[in-house]
Amino acid sequence: MDELREIMITTDEIKTDEYLINMGPQHPSTHGVLRLLVQLEGEIVHNVQPHVGYIHSGIEKMAESLSYPQIGHLTDRMDYLSAHQNNEAVALCVENALQVEVPERVKYIRTIMSELSRLASHQLWWCVMGMDMGALTTFFYGLRDREDILDIFEETCGARLTVNYSIPGGLMFDIHPNFQRDVKAFIKKFKTKLPEYDRLLSGNVIFTERTKGVGFLSKEDAIAYGVTGPTGRASGFSCDLRKHRPYSAYDKVNFKEILSDVGDTYARYQVRMAEMWESMSIIEQLIDNIPEGDYAVKMKGVVKLPEGEFYQRVETARGEFGVFIVSDGKKNPYRVKFRSPGFSNLFAINHIAKGWKIADLVAIMSTFDLVIPDIDR
Amino acid sequence: MAFNIYDFTTLTKSIHEGLSSQFSPTATLAIEWTIVGLAYLLFVALFGLFLVYAERKVCAAFQQRMGPMRVGPWGLLQTIADFIKLLMKELIMPKNADKFLYNLAPFIVIIVTFMVISVIPFAPGLATFDFDIGVFFVTAVSSVGVIGILLAGWSSNNKYSLIGAMRSGAQIVSYELSVGLSLITMIILAGTMQISGIVEGQRDMWFIFKGHVPAVIAFFVFVIAGTAETNRGPFDLAEAESELTAGFHTEYSGIKFAFFFLAEYINLFIVAAMATTVFLGGWMPLHFGDFDSFNQIMDLMPGLFWFFFKVLGVMFLMMWFKWTFPRLRVDQILNLEWKYLLPINLFNILLMAAVVLFGLHF
Repeated sequence: MDELREIMITTDEIKTDEYLINMGPQHPSTHGVLRLLVQLEGEIVHNVQPHVGYIHSGIEKMAESLSYPQIGHLTDRMDYLSAHQNNEAVALCVENALQVEVPERVKYIRTIMSELSRLASHQLWWCVMGMDMGALTTFFYGLRDREDILDIFEETCGARLTVNYSIPGGLMFDIHPNFQRDVKAFIKKFKTKLPEYDRLLSGNVIFTERTKGVGFLSKEDAIAYGVTGPTGRASGFSCDLRKHRPYSAYDKVNFKEILSDVGDTYARYQVRMAEMWESMSIIEQLIDNIPEGDYAVKMKGVVKLPEGEFYQRVETARGEFGVFIVSDGKKNPYRVKFRSPGFSNLFAINHIAKGWKIADLVAIMSTFDLVIPDIDR
Repeated sequence: MAFNIYDFTTLTKSIHEGLSSQFSPTATLAIEWTIVGLAYLLFVALFGLFLVYAERKVCAAFQQRMGPMRVGPWGLLQTIADFIKLLMKELIMPKNADKFLYNLAPFIVIIVTFMVISVIPFAPGLATFDFDIGVFFVTAVSSVGVIGILLAGWSSNNKYSLIGAMRSGAQIVSYELSVGLSLITMIILAGTMQISGIVEGQRDMWFIFKGHVPAVIAFFVFVIAGTAETNRGPFDLAEAESELTAGFHTEYSGIKFAFFFLAEYINLFIVAAMATTVFLGGWMPLHFGDFDSFNQIMDLMPGLFWFFFKVLGVMFLMMWFKWTFPRLRVDQILNLEWKYLLPINLFNILLMAAVVLFGLHF
């Protein structure tokens, strides 16, 4: 309440027809403990002020007292829908610092797992997007297909969400003998299910009316706010790290970077839908060609990074995820900084949602695909 | 007359005569009122519970899941268990709520539904009131319900509730027009506003067939506007959970919430029942012109069966809407009414008037 009063007082002229509502920390459409302080005039949004920190878990500080292989395990808990990609980022960063070359087999499996997590994440995003727009049935369609991916994860590494699969030096375990068969079966099945998504939601006239031409983000603004991932690409900002700075096996596959120059809510929706097709195509190209070999290189018992600063970026389902490690040569890092895509994306929301209605704010927030622990860390 | 065995007039008359022979006229009336009142209470409570169960099962079927399965066989006792839970819940009132209005609002909403339900003919001889202006009564009384929603939103002292109530007000006042005008279209065809007269007029053929093109248009407009009237998806802006948490009933708990919840389902029933009565022949069986043997077979099924068969059909349609479509935005919902449904409706009235005037109907 004090905060509200402060804002009321600091505003030079107090307008009687504007009012503030708190969306969150507990609110159905924030998908977590995000708080948006929304300034409204009737239904029209005048200002959105995101307040973060309600689920701050101090992962960066914790990382300073952990060894390098241990840090990876914490990153699962940040963006839990891109758990594997986060693990991979830490693993790649440490490997690059130590100049360890991992076997080709590891690279292939990592790429496949990355794309599977991207698919699972986009499926969940689609479920929730529909639900935020009031179409509650989408939730169950999306979760039905996501279940298959989680089953594959479980078989591969024993965990369904926080996979902990990539570690510095390679992978925790080798893939399950059924892995290739299951993934191929999933791709075959999902190719028939994805058009169902379009029939249920994308083609619906109410849905297109509510998303087309709503919530524009220009390319310049996307770059200025550091908006990455599908959200940035929908504004025409070519920022796919898989294309521009290939890591793992992304340089061996053929895929399109999905771009749209429209930048509205519908474009953000369509980019993610198209990315699901691209992810499937990437997996298809790799799944039959996984080379034989070791699933990890032998690392020393205690991993010590040379003195210096190391940075590694990967493309998660939400955008650019960066790991910055400052090492002073000990077994613990001196400082770790994560660049999380959700944090940068979130703060563009005021710019986009201004002047639109509350219902549009919810739709815009939904196309940002926010994961709150990723924002708060 | 083939209906006689299923006609409730015989039953009600014998009850009336039996009571009159025992008691004074005043006492008879009092006893009859009590019986009728209790019957409605029982019907609303049981049918409401059934509708909640049906909605959950229908929604489960659309969403590829089972729905309630644990309590009782196929989860049949689930809604009863939920109802007991709601009864036992603590009633929480916001600190700065307007106490009187806050407590009044759920009662207004539930009383209105009872008033409307009293004119609906369930079967031959099974309707409480039969006014000359029955259809007018339904539209007039059902618009009082919005006052309850507005009061609930205002008195809760919650911004979400207030936004929800304001949306609901704008929406119901607008869609009231379409509901009224589509009913007027049918009144032109029926030539009476008395509900029993409207049902009786459909003995040979339901109005939706009799009035062909304008009647079908009016039916679709009525179902769309009726869905909007009941605040159900895709028009559930008043309680849009992803935007306004629970809209106008955010601050209500326990039995007061149950009143709103029950009223929503009974309103759904009322809209379906009005669509049935005015367009689909009420409790009249399906008849086709001169096919006498077919008509006689249809007559074997009681009016009560026909009524609920049609009502449940229309309700299934409305549940289908809710579990398929995304929600509209507040400006789109008003555009739909004022820019599309209203002009279509006005044109449709002229069309219907021409059809009736030149005798172009069947």
